[in-house]
Amino acid sequence: MISPQPNPADEPLVELNQVTRTVRLSDDQSLDILRGVDLSIRAGDHLSIVGRSGSGKSTLLNILGLLDLPSAGEMRFAGQPVASMSEKRRAVARGASVGFIFQQFNLLPGRTALENVMTPLLYARGRQFWRREQLAAEMLDRVGLADRMREKPHKLSGGEQQRVAIARALVRSPKLILADEPTGALDVETGQAVMALLDGVALESGAALVTITHDPTVAGLAHRHFRLQDGRLHVGVLAA
Amino acid sequence: MTGFIAALTEAWSELRIHKTRILLALIGVALSVAALTTVVGLGNMAREAMVQGQEQQSGRPATLSVELYPEGGQLEQASVQTALEAVAERYAVAHSSLKLSTNVPFQFPDGVVPTETLVVDAAYGIMRRVDMVQGAWFAEQDQDRLAPAVIVNQAFYQRLGNPDLRTAPTVQIFQDRPVTAAIVGVQRNDWPEAMPRAMILAAHYDRTIAAEALSMPPAMELWVPEDIAEPLTQAISADLRAQFPTASVNVFRSDYAAFGDPFAPTQLVVGGIAGLVLLLGAVGLLNISMVTVRYRVREIGIRRSFGATSGRIFFGVMLESVVATFVAGVAGVMLAIAVVKSPWVQEQVAAGLSELPPFPLEAALIGLGAATAVGALAGLVPALVAVRVKVIDAIRY
Ligand SMILES: Nc1ncnc2c1ncn2[C@@H]1O[C@H](COP(=O)(O)OP(=O)(O)OP(=O)(O)O)[C@@H](O)[C@H]1O
Ligand SMILES: [Mg+2]
Repeated sequence: MISPQPNPADEPLVELNQVTRTVRLSDDQSLDILRGVDLSIRAGDHLSIVGRSGSGKSTLLNILGLLDLPSAGEMRFAGQPVASMSEKRRAVARGASVGFIFQQFNLLPGRTALENVMTPLLYARGRQFWRREQLAAEMLDRVGLADRMREKPHKLSGGEQQRVAIARALVRSPKLILADEPTGALDVETGQAVMALLDGVALESGAALVTITHDPTVAGLAHRHFRLQDGRLHVGVLAA
Repeated sequence: MTGFIAALTEAWSELRIHKTRILLALIGVALSVAALTTVVGLGNMAREAMVQGQEQQSGRPATLSVELYPEGGQLEQASVQTALEAVAERYAVAHSSLKLSTNVPFQFPDGVVPTETLVVDAAYGIMRRVDMVQGAWFAEQDQDRLAPAVIVNQAFYQRLGNPDLRTAPTVQIFQDRPVTAAIVGVQRNDWPEAMPRAMILAAHYDRTIAAEALSMPPAMELWVPEDIAEPLTQAISADLRAQFPTASVNVFRSDYAAFGDPFAPTQLVVGGIAGLVLLLGAVGLLNISMVTVRYRVREIGIRRSFGATSGRIFFGVMLESVVATFVAGVAGVMLAIAVVKSPWVQEQVAAGLSELPPFPLEAALIGLGAATAVGALAGLVPALVAVRVKVIDAIRY
């Protein structure tokens, strides 16, 4: 859908090759947040990434979701080198293929659950745009919020808000779901329920899911496990 | 296309969300637009009213007056009249009228009164926008009547006892061979305490009225396109001087706009003030939208993470402003129409106008255009700010 050439099933959705992310600090120094990261994500993959605070997990997720660009190294998104994609193309690809879920939910305040879920469809074309209300309502139904659609975020519990966020992330049927500590603001039980839901819906849709988490139980739902340490990505085992 | 509709949809829902915040600024814009539209509208109407008055007083642009005065020798009235009529014909002037001021002894119920009477041609009605309150201006067939037709002013009509025009009232002209004139119309008084006056067609005048009543040589008015007024003045002047070497020939523009449009400076000043008011409205709106956009940095980050392009963000913020001010503009224009069309204002502005001018479309369009421009202007800066939002920073905690 994104790349002009066909994207065979075995071709990775995202591929990072020796990706480095460096930022300039104010005092003329530079900080390597990521160093030489290799990662390949395919449809249906469920990945977990753990790591200390400040280890660069969010930075990596932003790069995977085309919000940020590598400073060095090679990255392909749906077969396309991201270095050659214009800002606009990256935005369009992000809208069509990526769904973000944040720790703080990041729902738009003042707008109902339904309006929040409809938001990504405002940037879609054709059927997805014109039938946005119906699609959003169906998605909310799938996350079990059919009866809370007209509610605004501040009237919803944390778990409910995160379910709205999941519906929003999934409403355009993205190929890649990126969740940055999705259970971080929830109590353990609610977190597990929400995570089970996310994992289930992702599985159903065949999308790849990358979850950043501190919670071993949450990480345990994934098939492949990684740890970020000193800017490097290590294939990990679950035990922290 | 979908993109535009989507952006419009989004802008509209954004406005609904931020309505309280934006409402105040928009009231400011609506009021400025109302002020601007009112000023332009009133200005146009007042101008229209003044122009009508001026045209009644001195003719439409460009009106050339042609006058001849005897200098030393004698001027024969008939030959002057013939020469003037020939001039109008020779230069193919579409609207021309003889103009001759005289006194005609009309028989009123309370006696014979020498009454100031203007001898004109049928075109004079259009050329001077003669304002009829009853009956009609001279028609073509009036020329063929046996009895002369006259148009009288309200004072004259009153002195006759307000006869019903449908009964074809007449008035006697008292002279050696008395003539009965038919009253075909009543003209509005030039000013409240006007003396009785009458107008009569030149064709009738020649046939029915004793020549010795003449006191002044006839003159002529020509209504010509403004751009040929100057060369025509020269040509007619030369022409008549050749024909009447002993007379003094005067050809000049006599309409109110002879020395340029007298209303232009006023309108410029008033328009300038209105523009300034609108600018203040724009600054107020800009202020609010800047606050709004800062508050929304996070929101913009979220939208971008769900696929909004920077172009879309720019357009969206801009469109919000434009949609909002357009709505405010519509409200402002409606308010302005309500003000301008209110009976009290109409009476002030359009006093003495035969027909009230409609609300000038031009003013409404200027109001809407200005509102939209203010929206675009006030939207531009926040839109630029919105585009520069760093998505990663905006969504980070
Ligand atoms: N634009 C930037 N300028 C300077 N430093 C940055 C920038 N972006 C990130 N960093 C730094 O890079 C490091 C990694 O940040 P990142 O947000 O990716 O960490 P994280 O693993 O997500 O941490 P947490 O678990 O707390 O969310 C942090 O030390 C952060 O301060
Ligand atoms: Mg983080």
